[in-house]
Amino acid sequence: MRTGTTFRTSLRALQRNKMRSLLTALGIIIGVGAVIAMVSIGNGAKAMVENQIASLGENVILVMSGSMNSRGVSSGSGGVYTMTIPDMEAIRSEVDGVKAISPEARRSQRVAAGNQNWLTTINGVAPEYFDLRRWPLAEGTCFTERDVRGATKVAVVGATVVEELFNGENPVGGTIRVRNIPFLITGVLTRKGSSLMGSDQDDAVFVPYTSAMKRIIGTETVRTIHVQAEQASAMPDMQAQITSLLNQRHRIGPEKDSDFMVRSQEDIAQTANATSKVMTGLLAAIASVSLLVGGIGIMNIMLVSVTERTREIGIRMAVGAHGRDILLQFLVESIVLSCLGGVFGILVGVGTAKLVTMITGWNTLISPSAILMSFTFSAFIGIFFGFYPAKKAAALDPIEALRYE
Amino acid sequence: MIKISHVTRTYQEANGRQVRALQDVSLNLEAGSMTAITGPSGCGKSTLLHLLGALDQPDAGEITVNGIALQHATESQRTRYRRETVGIVFQFFHLLPGMTLLENVALPLILGGSGQAVATVRAVELISLAGLREKANRLPHEVSGGELQRAAVARALVHRPRLLLADEPTGNLDSANATRVLDLFHNIHQEGLATIIMVTHSREIAAQMPNHLEMADGALQSMAQGMAY
Ligand SMILES: Nc1ncnc2c1ncn2[C@@H]1O[C@H](COP(=O)(O)OP(=O)(O)OP(=O)(O)O)[C@@H](O)[C@H]1O
Ligand SMILES: [Mg+2]
Repeated sequence: MRTGTTFRTSLRALQRNKMRSLLTALGIIIGVGAVIAMVSIGNGAKAMVENQIASLGENVILVMSGSMNSRGVSSGSGGVYTMTIPDMEAIRSEVDGVKAISPEARRSQRVAAGNQNWLTTINGVAPEYFDLRRWPLAEGTCFTERDVRGATKVAVVGATVVEELFNGENPVGGTIRVRNIPFLITGVLTRKGSSLMGSDQDDAVFVPYTSAMKRIIGTETVRTIHVQAEQASAMPDMQAQITSLLNQRHRIGPEKDSDFMVRSQEDIAQTANATSKVMTGLLAAIASVSLLVGGIGIMNIMLVSVTERTREIGIRMAVGAHGRDILLQFLVESIVLSCLGGVFGILVGVGTAKLVTMITGWNTLISPSAILMSFTFSAFIGIFFGFYPAKKAAALDPIEALRYE
Repeated sequence: MIKISHVTRTYQEANGRQVRALQDVSLNLEAGSMTAITGPSGCGKSTLLHLLGALDQPDAGEITVNGIALQHATESQRTRYRRETVGIVFQFFHLLPGMTLLENVALPLILGGSGQAVATVRAVELISLAGLREKANRLPHEVSGGELQRAAVARALVHRPRLLLADEPTGNLDSANATRVLDLFHNIHQEGLATIIMVTHSREIAAQMPNHLEMADGALQSMAQGMAY
């Protein structure tokens, strides 16, 4: 029998049982749709994390107060930060290959301008901070090394603060009051988006770290020191140098818990990637189960259909159908079912991903490879789960099949 | 052309009892001959036709058609034999329920690898000979028993078989239509194109055939050759 004819015969058989065909394909539709939607969500999350890690800057090492120890994360003794400005100066002068370095002295603080006020984050940093984080200014200029030495009252503000306090108008040259101290605004930063932890990085006022520590926070310690390396290849060595230097400075021996952590951007990326890989894998695995269930559904229906059409098979054989004609007919039926399911599943999956983005605002990334893979997989399911019923049909004895009631 | 020697076919009933449908049947038929088989219900007529059509296998004995020893043939040789050599009119018609009469008649050609167009032209020819031109596009459940029977005859002849096995092909027909079917058979016979074996309950029809075999209890009773013509 010609292949085209086999195809037409199979399609007709499927059409004769429209509802049943649809329900059978539904298993695959849901399976493929779920795989694509899940992988899209996973990939979207991954892309977002990668973006955020890149937004840390280039070749950045973070030296953080507190440590990971047997009791989990501690933020140093009694919640007080442990990094100091002398620590930073020591790193700058004693570790090789430092391109830029800046502390981050943060504090949540209500600020005011005119008759408006707004709760934001004060972030005391060095002038190098903005280059280090690849975070250019949109307006005005940055403060300088001299401002740091003099602990002057100047500030660079984030885009969100401009919106909230100045209705989006250019505030350069104006003042912003922090604890009733007027700070001169010298610059406005470009928009950066949310951080790895999900907070809005543009909702911040940046001042020289000396000003922040003396005038606003009243502290000698900082939470984080950002160190930028000259070269990526030097980073592991620099991490080791920083660790040993700080161990020495903080008198940390084998029996004393460390009070700081040194993490490179790559470390952070690896951890985040590992997490999102596990997440994506898990989601895809769960979704694959529904594909498997869909495949079993196809097999079930094909078996029913072979039984129902035993007499038809007998007649076909009696008038000259080959076993392989029968095999092909049933196999094509199950492949058509699963591939149709695959095509609609792709539509459903892509639609779901888009809907998720619309409703929750999550980033989703539809990956062509996931589409290709789940479609191929659904075709394979058609062959795999259709083969046994088709084989069974082809192996029927013609006279037995003719007599079947 | 057809050589049946010492053929036995036993059915196993559900309760384990054995039914001897055919018992030591031997028979030779020449190519191009035309034979009627009569006999009471249950004497094994249909069983014999199924064996000749390579739909069923004997328990013992040999059947050779056109030099092909059926029980030694491979499954694919038997399929080829069913498709090319034999045409069968089943006692219970066995048309495919989802196909029109025309499609049913064209099916053996399609299975043999003919294109749709060629198969349809030939099928229309046979459908017309069977007097079913108006009913060609109906489904089997939309026509009468006699019409089904004629469609079954058309399907058995569509691929020009060299052996025609007809199991009561006139059983549901009025005399006019029975005559039409028999005339068809006679024409084929006279053209010397096919060997014809026909089971019938009508002694009248059997009497018109060149050969007439009687069966009883799974065995051949008599062989009255050349009775009529
Ligand atoms: N599948 C089967 N299982 C058990 N017994 C069977 C089976 N098929 C036929 N028989 C028995 O074999 C015998 C011969 O059956 P067969 O169909 O050949 O008879 P027949 O001569 O064609 O009868 P009829 O004129 O009624 O069609 C009968 O006794 C029947 O009951
Ligand atoms: Mg019978």
